[in-house]
Amino acid sequence: MNILRKALVLVVPVMFLVGCASAPTETMDEGFDSDVESSVGTDMGTDMGTDMGTDTSTGAGFGSGGSDSSVETMGLSDGSDISSSALSLNDSSPSNLLNTRVIYFDFDRSKVRAEFNDVIAAHAEYLANNPGAMMKLEGHADERGSREYNIGLGERRGNSVARHLGLQGASRGQLDVVSYGEERPASMGHDETSWQLNRRVEIIYTKEQ
Amino acid sequence: MLKVILRSFLLLMAFWVGNAQAALTIEITQGVKGAMPIAIVPFTWEGPMPQAPLDIGAIVTTDLYRSGRFSPLPERDMLARPSDPSKVNFQNWRVLGVENLVVGKIRAIQNGQFMVQFVLFDVFRSSQITGQTFKVGKVSDLRKTAHQVSDIIYEALLGERGAFDTRVAYVTQAPDAAGKPRYSLQVADADGYGPQAVLNSREPLMSPSWSPDGRKLAYVTFEGGRSSIYTQDIYLGKREKIAGFRGINGAPAWSPDGTRMALVLSKDGSPDIYVMNLLNKKLTRLTKSYGIDTEPVWTRAGDAIVFTSDRGGKPQLYQVTLSNRQVKRLTFEGDYNARATLSPDGRMVAMVHGNGNQYRIAVLDLENGAMQVLTDTTLDESPSFAPNGSMIIYATESQNKGVLSAVSVDGRVRQRLVLQEGDAREPVWAPYGK
Repeated sequence: MNILRKALVLVVPVMFLVGCASAPTETMDEGFDSDVESSVGTDMGTDMGTDMGTDTSTGAGFGSGGSDSSVETMGLSDGSDISSSALSLNDSSPSNLLNTRVIYFDFDRSKVRAEFNDVIAAHAEYLANNPGAMMKLEGHADERGSREYNIGLGERRGNSVARHLGLQGASRGQLDVVSYGEERPASMGHDETSWQLNRRVEIIYTKEQ
Repeated sequence: MLKVILRSFLLLMAFWVGNAQAALTIEITQGVKGAMPIAIVPFTWEGPMPQAPLDIGAIVTTDLYRSGRFSPLPERDMLARPSDPSKVNFQNWRVLGVENLVVGKIRAIQNGQFMVQFVLFDVFRSSQITGQTFKVGKVSDLRKTAHQVSDIIYEALLGERGAFDTRVAYVTQAPDAAGKPRYSLQVADADGYGPQAVLNSREPLMSPSWSPDGRKLAYVTFEGGRSSIYTQDIYLGKREKIAGFRGINGAPAWSPDGTRMALVLSKDGSPDIYVMNLLNKKLTRLTKSYGIDTEPVWTRAGDAIVFTSDRGGKPQLYQVTLSNRQVKRLTFEGDYNARATLSPDGRMVAMVHGNGNQYRIAVLDLENGAMQVLTDTTLDESPSFAPNGSMIIYATESQNKGVLSAVSVDGRVRQRLVLQEGDAREPVWAPYGK
């Protein structure tokens, strides 16, 4: 923990700079504001748990190390930008991937879209480094179709995110999946503009450390 | 221990609520050509007050009209308003093309009680078809009596039992003063009158299901941030948690004999269908698939369960036999068939039938395999048969509101029940009480 805190002090200013230049992501407390983009990046094709340093749109990546250093700074291929991150839930800068707390899905699908790979990797690393931390994954569906089937679909989405987190170091005991189906829409409209915001998994830290 | 009991008691007190302000109004969106012409003469009143405490004739008129099977003569067109059966001049009604005539009266008797009498005539034969006298204990029971009159007339003329003196349960969601969602489980008369909340919650409520005797409701709550299944006696307000496993606890469905509950649990992996013995709470797992198995509904004989599964890729209806766990697929038409409900005679399955953009109510005839789409809106869900099988009540969306609608099983008659505020959803028609 001490190492982490020291590292944080060093890294925060760097992150702030990166934050100014990077693409917008969801804000921390209101993941379902109507002005939130459901699509954070384009198709980056980054495989889970492998080469994490190539995402140029969100501007940060994680090593998969888990050794004594919990912070890693990486240069991008052209060397003109600096990408870095710290495993802090309390850093509200837009570049902090941990601030992205909503994962969106395609209609009737539970496959995690590639654009969310880095976000999930960041949360997995945080959980791996903070074994006491606990996360609730709330699965949701849009309103189309029957309600109980949508409960099943929401759970499948939550499990899909949980599986990715688990593969990247989170312990299954840290994760709790609850499906609300279509019962708690983030956006109240009855068209695709709202539906795409409602097909989601919300990441909620019930215990941060 | 005492603390636990006390806490449960307070919780129940907080949830048990009396009258809700919400009320439903009915508008017929589509009627039948060739509905039976009938005249219901306003019931005369004999009592100390200037007028009757309830206009029974008007309620009977509305009941018969909204069934879509009758076309009641407007009061202003009546040439006479007899109340005494012996004073009826049938010619007055024949000239108006009225085939059937109802006359009646309501009389105050001692101790705040009432006597309600009516006679149904065949106008062309100049003869009485049926008639009855009711002794009614108090003012608040008069509405029930009016629905009973409607049921008798309906059965006498159409040969099938009426469903006017029945109730529906449904879930509402409306924002409270602070704008936060408030969910309620409501029970109202089948005409939408007198809704009463039997449960309020700040967390979602889902999937109400009636016990076969119409005394209890099973439902899903998200109290404490996770799903669980409760049963509740709607008269006593007493409730019992019957399932609160890890993962999904959903879609409760009472067996026809009331001793077992089909439900959906995901504690062992993906959502599967289980049956719980309600006496000893013992669980039996019925399905085991990697897909989503959900929305169980019992066949009338109680020996099989129809359910939704996406084991084949898309949600379709299947049936599993309890004795041997054999599964057969029931629906083949369309991309999406879910949330089955069986007609009271067991011959038809109503369901949500969709294709990604439109979700409508359809019925499948189990004998000949014919599928018929009954509705033409786009977000229809949660079909439920009237206990006489004549109508299906369902939820849909209209002008950004969740509304309840009903459609006849042949698709020819439609009516909408509009809640004054908030969204209504998941209507379930109560069985005939025992």
